[in-house]
Amino acid sequence: MVLASSAIAGSHLWNSGSDSMSVIELVGVTKAWGDIVAVDDVSFTVEDGSFVVLLGPSGCGKSTTLRLIAGLESVTAGTVYIGGEDMTHKSPSERRISMVFQSYALFPHLNVAENIVFGLKVRKTPAAERDQRLKRAAEIVELSDLLHRKPAQLSGGQRQRVALARAIIAENAICLMDEPLSNLDAKLRHDMRGEIRALQRRLGVTVVYVTHDQSEAMSMADRVILLRDGRIEQAGTPDELYDRPETVFAAGFIGTPSMNLLDLTDGPGGAGISGLEGKPVLDGPGEGLKLGIRPEHIEIRDFGGLPAELVWSDYLGADTILTARVGSQSLLVRVPGRFDVARGVSVNLVWAPENVHVFDTATGRRASGRQALAMAA
Amino acid sequence: MSRAGSTRVHLYGWLLLAPAAILLIAFTHYPTGATLVHSVFSEGTALRPSTFVGLENYGFMMGDEVFWRVVGNNFWFAVGTIPASIALALLMAVWVNGRLPARGLVRMAYFTPTILPMIAVANIWLFFYSPDIGLIDQVLRLFGASGHNWLGDPDTVLGCIIIMTIWKESGFFMIFYLAALQSLPPELEEAAKLEGAKRWYIFRRITFPLLMPTTLFVLINATINSFKLVDHLFILTKGGPDNASSLLLYYIYEVAFSFFEEAYAATLTAVLLAVLAVISIGQFAILDKRIHYR
Ligand SMILES: Nc1ncnc2c1ncn2[C@@H]1O[C@H](COP(=O)(O)OP(=O)(O)OP(=O)(O)O)[C@@H](O)[C@H]1O
Ligand SMILES: [Mg+2]
Repeated sequence: MVLASSAIAGSHLWNSGSDSMSVIELVGVTKAWGDIVAVDDVSFTVEDGSFVVLLGPSGCGKSTTLRLIAGLESVTAGTVYIGGEDMTHKSPSERRISMVFQSYALFPHLNVAENIVFGLKVRKTPAAERDQRLKRAAEIVELSDLLHRKPAQLSGGQRQRVALARAIIAENAICLMDEPLSNLDAKLRHDMRGEIRALQRRLGVTVVYVTHDQSEAMSMADRVILLRDGRIEQAGTPDELYDRPETVFAAGFIGTPSMNLLDLTDGPGGAGISGLEGKPVLDGPGEGLKLGIRPEHIEIRDFGGLPAELVWSDYLGADTILTARVGSQSLLVRVPGRFDVARGVSVNLVWAPENVHVFDTATGRRASGRQALAMAA
Repeated sequence: MSRAGSTRVHLYGWLLLAPAAILLIAFTHYPTGATLVHSVFSEGTALRPSTFVGLENYGFMMGDEVFWRVVGNNFWFAVGTIPASIALALLMAVWVNGRLPARGLVRMAYFTPTILPMIAVANIWLFFYSPDIGLIDQVLRLFGASGHNWLGDPDTVLGCIIIMTIWKESGFFMIFYLAALQSLPPELEEAAKLEGAKRWYIFRRITFPLLMPTTLFVLINATINSFKLVDHLFILTKGGPDNASSLLLYYIYEVAFSFFEEAYAATLTAVLLAVLAVISIGQFAILDKRIHYR
């Protein structure tokens, strides 16, 4: 599916300024319900026209953060700026924000058209303008033929489009989305990712998008804010999160399969993987450190590198994920194409030193200044 | 399946159905039918056995002044109680559904009238309405008003009964509204709020339409109750003064068990049944099309 590319382009209302200033800014925002601290001292900014993804595991406070921005929850501490203005204690409607709910929150007794123009009716937009904008919004999300249906008569993807249309017809500069694709099947979800991203670019709106799916975040975001237990674990571009995870948690959350994390110990000639002390992989001592290496950065060789034993292979079509034992630990290796292994086959693993990440086990943070060793060919 | 097998399955089915069916037929359908039959026969006495008289009983009814008085009372009773108790129920439900300190207590307080037997309720209100020593007169005296015999005055007695019934019923209907309100997803209201809708607008355009199935249910119940609830009359007024507070069912009771005119009581009962059936079917037919069921 490709979104109708007519309409909209050049609409003045959606191009809200050329200089890139931050339209949303959270400063030390905290939200607690009694003992439960859902959002804990969170600060970040969202640039105008950017697509920012709040990413994190279930219960980490993504929805709560979004609802705090929307004004659907009141902050316990901190300040929320929207468009440079302190909106901390303003009502949701004063914030001029659109939102797409995870459940879509379509009004079941109203048909598609009535759902989409609900907000315009509330704001008493003249009927002629309302119809015109409805026509345009419906075209953008390709719903023009379904305007008289009730939400119950639509498929999941169509409902999602209605929710989207309701958000864009308001022509607000900011749109919040809370896991809008989580109810869709894999194929449709993939298509809609592209559509939402294209739509956002075309309309120039600022989007804050919540998901727990890291691949969704990586493919859609300009910036990813990774949350964990109500705190920001790391914020950056998808590249930054992938290339330079600041913590063990970030390393383990980004990428499918995620980064291998191997315990290191001291050994002759440098730190070695525990259970395999004779082969140094890192300069200096290794006790209390973890070595991180992504499955796609490991190569399988017939000789050299680290000796390993293949345990399992998962064929995924384009590539195969192998499980290998190295010393006392296991790690995953991604190899292109099909790779059938008999259990217990011995191989050698090689990786480039620049792809190695080193973390401090105790703090869970990146250990700086450590040099990974090149592997003997 | 073999023929014998399918017969056995049928037998099982009927056996499983039997207890409920026997009870329903014995205590609902047979009495209904018998009442209709009774209503076209004359009153039988020891000397004159009852004979078929066709619509003679109905003819007598049309000329019965008390009957028309009672029908009129029942009409005003329904008009007075139904909309008011439903509106009050809805109001209370919306209120106790919101954030409220000690709302469990408040909900229970509203529900209390419902769990009280009608007879007990009537006794409480008898104290309120008593002339001079009653609560209402005592309060009014503070403002300098003299005592009034609320239940003894044909002009006020029906109003008194209506108020008491609203008090009794609205707590019951509130429970249905409360349950319905709690099953509405909160995102609907949030979505509307984001669009700038005010509370009253949200109630009118979102909440109330989504509560329509409950409203229909409550409306039918309230209508039936307005013809069915007469327990309080036994305590408060006995239909008086001068039949000013008598309702159709109470009149039927009087005709059957005070005047012992069974045939005429059957006639009145048939009319009551017909009225209830027409109202219920009518409400369903009219409202059902306009209701959105989820
Ligand atoms: N109204 C509430 N009262 C008490 N605790 C709440 C409330 N809402 C959320 N929480 C708690 O706050 C934490 C964060 O919730 P939140 O809904 O923001 O998680 P999330 O990251 O969106 O998770 P998910 O991916 O499962 O949607 C959770 O531990 C949750 O139990
Ligand atoms: Mg959530």
